[in-house]
Amino acid sequence: MATLNTEPNIADADAFYEALIEMHRDLTPEQSAAANAALILLLANQVGDLEVLRQAMAKARATVAAD
Amino acid sequence: MGAAMADPDYQSLTFPYARSPDQDAAVPARHPVVVVGAGPVGLAAAVDLARQGVRVLLLDEDERLSAGSRAICFAKRTLEIFDRLGCGDRMVAKGVGWKTGKVFFRDAPVYAFDLLPESGHERPAFINLQQYYVEGYLLDRARELPDLEIRWRNRVSGIAPDADGVTLTVTTPEGDYRLRADWVVAADGARSGVRALMGLESRGRVFRDRFLIADVRMSAPFPAERRFWFDPPFHPGQSVLLHRQPDDVWRIDFQLGWDADPEEERKPERVIPRIRALLGEGVDFTLLWVSVYTFACLRMERFRHGRVLFAGDAAHGVSPFGARGANSGIQDAENLAWKLALVLKGKAPERLLDSYDAERVPAADENILNSTRSTDFITPKSEVSRTFRDAVLRLARDCAFARRLVNSGRLSVPATLRDSPLNTPDEEPFAGAMVPGAPVADAPVGVGGRPSWFLRHIGDAFVLLHFLGPDDPPPEALRVLAAESDVPLRPLVVAPAGSGPAAPPGIAAVEDTEGLLAARLDARPGTTYLLRPDQHVCARWRRLDPPRVRAALARATGHA
Ligand SMILES: Cc1cc2nc3c(=O)[nH]c(=O)nc-3n(C[C@H](O)[C@H](O)[C@H](O)COP(=O)(O)OP(=O)(O)OC[C@H]3O[C@@H](n4cnc5c(N)ncnc54)[C@H](O)[C@@H]3O)c2cc1C
Repeated sequence: MATLNTEPNIADADAFYEALIEMHRDLTPEQSAAANAALILLLANQVGDLEVLRQAMAKARATVAAD
Repeated sequence: MGAAMADPDYQSLTFPYARSPDQDAAVPARHPVVVVGAGPVGLAAAVDLARQGVRVLLLDEDERLSAGSRAICFAKRTLEIFDRLGCGDRMVAKGVGWKTGKVFFRDAPVYAFDLLPESGHERPAFINLQQYYVEGYLLDRARELPDLEIRWRNRVSGIAPDADGVTLTVTTPEGDYRLRADWVVAADGARSGVRALMGLESRGRVFRDRFLIADVRMSAPFPAERRFWFDPPFHPGQSVLLHRQPDDVWRIDFQLGWDADPEEERKPERVIPRIRALLGEGVDFTLLWVSVYTFACLRMERFRHGRVLFAGDAAHGVSPFGARGANSGIQDAENLAWKLALVLKGKAPERLLDSYDAERVPAADENILNSTRSTDFITPKSEVSRTFRDAVLRLARDCAFARRLVNSGRLSVPATLRDSPLNTPDEEPFAGAMVPGAPVADAPVGVGGRPSWFLRHIGDAFVLLHFLGPDDPPPEALRVLAAESDVPLRPLVVAPAGSGPAAPPGIAAVEDTEGLLAARLDARPGTTYLLRPDQHVCARWRRLDPPRVRAALARATGHA
């Protein structure tokens, strides 16, 4: 069973982060939320494995909610 | 049943109340089965039972068929069931076939889809047909059956089950009378009186939303396709669905939101401008029917309560997205009918009826899950849910993956009864979808050199389906097994295309003209399937082995 990779996996981490912030340039908070949603959907499809996606969602939720 | 026969106006037919001798009986008359409710589910159950030689009494509190506009989409499996009941051809001849769906978001089309019905099936994925036609055709079929009696304006107003029967109180225009039933099928709809009288409930989730449905007649040159709009300019923030029905009637479904005032919205001065905005100026139409509805996803904890068996909307409710209400209720009826018939004839123990629960409760859950998912997509319940929904719709314009996420109602498909206690698990490997519990797939076949369809040759009895190799004679064991079986068991052999040796007398044969039957069932010479009276697979093997067939048959009839 595949597991979520939380080890470094992006060669140029700083460049990725810069691009992520750049994606939101001049967007209203509403547009940013919409763009983030589209990005998540695209990336989720790229990952493809529902089990890994569930682990990622649980991990993401755990950063803000204790349940 | 000629195509020339014009249909009556089923909506306006009334069926007179007639006094029954049972009302004057000194002791309550006894009936093997009383079906309560002549909706699509009660009618289907009554027809199925009567065809299998069970005397049925069908009671309905009303004197007409479905009032106004309700179910319109009837799925392939339902049509196959209607074929078995003997009224499928009329339904399909009258219904509107459609396979293209178009999805719009705001002011632009997002994509079109094709239901892509795989070829090599007699029936299409769906037809659209008003519920009153479905009920009317079922009723016409019911009236051909000598074992089926219908009493209109007979309302069940009291029920007292005991160990060996059920006493019903029935209210008529001439007062109350009592009946005894061995078994009661409660198909009395979402507000089931029988359920309430027994102190039972159907529980679940109520959606805080309202929908307006309008049926209009127009002869506009719209194609027969399903159109679904998310957040269109003519109805901002909400969804709209347009569907074609026979007789130039179109169904339009407007989401209104929870705060809408149902009385206000129903008024023609509110409805007509909405429709005009959708259709565009210059399209003439007549408003035939308007109603506002809400919905809930509910089910009873169990569908069998001793001698009372709940089916259809009485047992479960789903949102209309995905057209699973009537379609699943008709599958309930079919699941129950053969079991009840075997029990009544003393050929199966009463506990066979527990499998009705074991099979149809998970099926109801599957339907509820599907329709809840559609509802959550169509009417997002939170800000973030709407953000994702809209993101999916924007991506769907040019990303195929996102189209798979657009959920404006999924095709209603029958449940595979995977965990049924009646199934015999596979002991040998098989590929494909025809696992024990699956409704068996149709395929084109030849019979006596003429083209036909596989599903037309199975059902009502158990069928022992055996695939032959080229020039193989049918094994004698088929005939022996059928002859010794206490429950009706019919052998059917499948000959490969082109070979078709005449089957010996007593064994029916079909020719797998396109090889599709063997392909769909992953069959090789020797492969043997045991099919139930409702056309579901219950066991399969790579060779015909009589002891294993006997064991599977015992299991499928509640004997083991
Ligand atoms: C707007 C809308 C759209 C829909 N679209 C679809 C669709 O496209 N496809 C689909 O499959 N489903 C659809 N449905 C659902 C479908 O209409 C129902 O699931 C279906 O009618 C249920 O059939 P039933 O026989 O269980 O109950 P009902 O049709 O409600 O019939 C119950 C019958 O019982 C009788 N009765 C009630 N109480 C008593 C009593 N005490 N004694 C005697 N008789 C009694 C009533 O008179 C009635 O005839 C839709 C529903 C709505 C509202």
